[in-house]
Amino acid sequence: MSVGDYIRDSQIWKSIFRHPAPTDRRNRVVVMLTNFFLHLHPVSVKQQGIALSYTWCMGGITFFLFLVETVTGVLLMFYYRPTLEWAYNDILALRDVTTLGVMREIHRWGAHAMVISVWLHMYRVFLTGSYKPPREFNWVIGVLLLVLTLLLSFTGYLLPWDQLAIWAITVGSNMARATPFLGHEGPGAQLLNVGGFDLITNASDARFILLGSRFVGESTLNRFYIMHCVAIPLVVAGLIMIHFWRVRKDGGISQPL
Amino acid sequence: MSHHADLTPSVIQGLGWIYLILAVMNGAWAANAGKQKADLRIVSAWAVFSALLGMLAFAQIAGGDQAQNFSIRMPEVVKAGIDRLANPIVYFAGSTVLFVVIIAARKWLVNNTVAWVILNLMVLFLALSMTDYDFRQIVGKPDNVPIVAMLFIVAFFTWLYFKRAVDNDDRRAKGLPLFEQVENEKVLTWPDLVYTELICMVVLTAILIAWGVALPAPLEEPASAVKTPNPSKAPWYFLGLQEMLVYYDPWMAGVVLPSVILVGLMALPYIDFNKLGNGYYTFNERKFAVITFLFGFLPLWIGLIILGTFLRGPNWNFFGIYEPWDVHKLEVLNNVNLSQYFWIDGLQRPMPVAPSGSDGLTQALYILLREAPGLILVFGYLFLLPPLMAMTVFRRFFIKMGFLRYMVFANLVLLMACLPLKMLLRWTINLKYLVAIPEWFFNI
Repeated sequence: MSVGDYIRDSQIWKSIFRHPAPTDRRNRVVVMLTNFFLHLHPVSVKQQGIALSYTWCMGGITFFLFLVETVTGVLLMFYYRPTLEWAYNDILALRDVTTLGVMREIHRWGAHAMVISVWLHMYRVFLTGSYKPPREFNWVIGVLLLVLTLLLSFTGYLLPWDQLAIWAITVGSNMARATPFLGHEGPGAQLLNVGGFDLITNASDARFILLGSRFVGESTLNRFYIMHCVAIPLVVAGLIMIHFWRVRKDGGISQPL
Repeated sequence: MSHHADLTPSVIQGLGWIYLILAVMNGAWAANAGKQKADLRIVSAWAVFSALLGMLAFAQIAGGDQAQNFSIRMPEVVKAGIDRLANPIVYFAGSTVLFVVIIAARKWLVNNTVAWVILNLMVLFLALSMTDYDFRQIVGKPDNVPIVAMLFIVAFFTWLYFKRAVDNDDRRAKGLPLFEQVENEKVLTWPDLVYTELICMVVLTAILIAWGVALPAPLEEPASAVKTPNPSKAPWYFLGLQEMLVYYDPWMAGVVLPSVILVGLMALPYIDFNKLGNGYYTFNERKFAVITFLFGFLPLWIGLIILGTFLRGPNWNFFGIYEPWDVHKLEVLNNVNLSQYFWIDGLQRPMPVAPSGSDGLTQALYILLREAPGLILVFGYLFLLPPLMAMTVFRRFFIKMGFLRYMVFANLVLLMACLPLKMLLRWTINLKYLVAIPEWFFNI
């Protein structure tokens, strides 16, 4: 009896993998039903539906990049401190001295790649008409995931706390100043005043809520850090679950009707 | 005019590697053509082209350190010509023309050889352009590298779409089953799909690690609230929105129009009543939807990101791809509001101004009077045009969609069109604002 057989015959192995290896038809079916990670998939799929030239694989790539971002992001969180005193220095150290500092590069390039792959996924879903009934609502969830992906990238952009970061966020968030009614330089904001006091000022408008301050400062760094590492990823994870679940429930993999 | 330390050995050698990759790709192309029993003259033409590229690559890699004599550069004449032509009007008009050509000539473009020639031209253009210092400064920024890659990737997938769509449209015309319906048996997810996913994950991990090792993530000077960089740019994926600021105020470009884009995308499945084209690639069966979406995605979204990233320099001025970013470049801005055109140039009288000391209501009424021409135009655009279109161009749509659905659709189309329209007005009659009420931060 070989070592491999001995391991596969042990109680531990069998408690994890309930069935023999997926080498014959029966076990290839069973593995899809009994493995938690694989059960996202149906047991069988249409050949053309999974052809790379049809799906472009972009949804799967986006999900994989989300996982890469989560893993590298958690590793970076062990190292990086989101304060004015340390943020920049920690990134500097990641670049120059830290072992596996390349995690930051992978995290950043993965983020860019994820933005692109999300767009391409949407592009493919549009071009194959896969948003049409019965998949309308899953498309809507997809649009929300697109927005959240951009917001994840946007909030992460600030964290290195270099010139590139704060000015990109300053430019991006300045728009919020002009939000109709809710920005202090937006149309209609003047109407919101009580007894001569403006309700919407630069310390109470949409931009202030976004930044936690009247300019991009330490409270912004903290706010963006929490959004980037906790709040948005949680929402994204939840929406991804619904998105995947509905792919199965709304008629399965996209195919000619 | 090389006022910079121009071509360093590492640049020349790096370009050598690009030529080498291109040589190998063309070698494979020639070999494949040979295997397919193509015309011998064509096969040898590709082989010779590949060999030439190989020699060029060898010369650049081996002799890179003794520099400039070897390297083939983008001719100065071409650079000057491209820079002279470059301005926002030519850029946007050009990308729109390109868009129309792609759709009109799709049957020709999906030909493999045509696409291969275009790919070669794109890579050669990029490689030659990299010999220019200013081009390298912009394209070589670490954060801009993914955008260059995106350009090729989007071009490829657009091509792939048309390839499959043209094929399917052909099949329909001949009464054959669609490509997606042929050989479409059910297969087991394990191994057919699971293995693809696994390979994809491994390849992607390898790419990310290689990319991370080869290209350091950008890190500039520590943040300083007093040193404003010029230009200050948003993250690259928002540069299309930042470009809209040239034509609209922040409340439109930064808030209303992005919201409209998102609402429009979410509304898409509910306003597209066309049942055809579900689950397969086609162009002919859903022309309107595809053209509208492609116009929004290619020239407007991707196109403006490219414009904002590579062509906007200090003070958000427009610079050609080989032009140095001169902080002092002046662009004459003499844009005029519609109200001024109307009252001063048209009616030859002063703009209406409330008598001094009048109360708030009177002042507001005078402001509305002053801006009445623009307000009427905007009102007509958003509220009169939809019913008008329902009776004319979109008659069929209106009947199929019903009132509410149609109104949402018509407004979304009009709001999407308002960007190119404003661009057109700016370029033709130097229009600044249709409605200019700075008193209320309300400019359109």
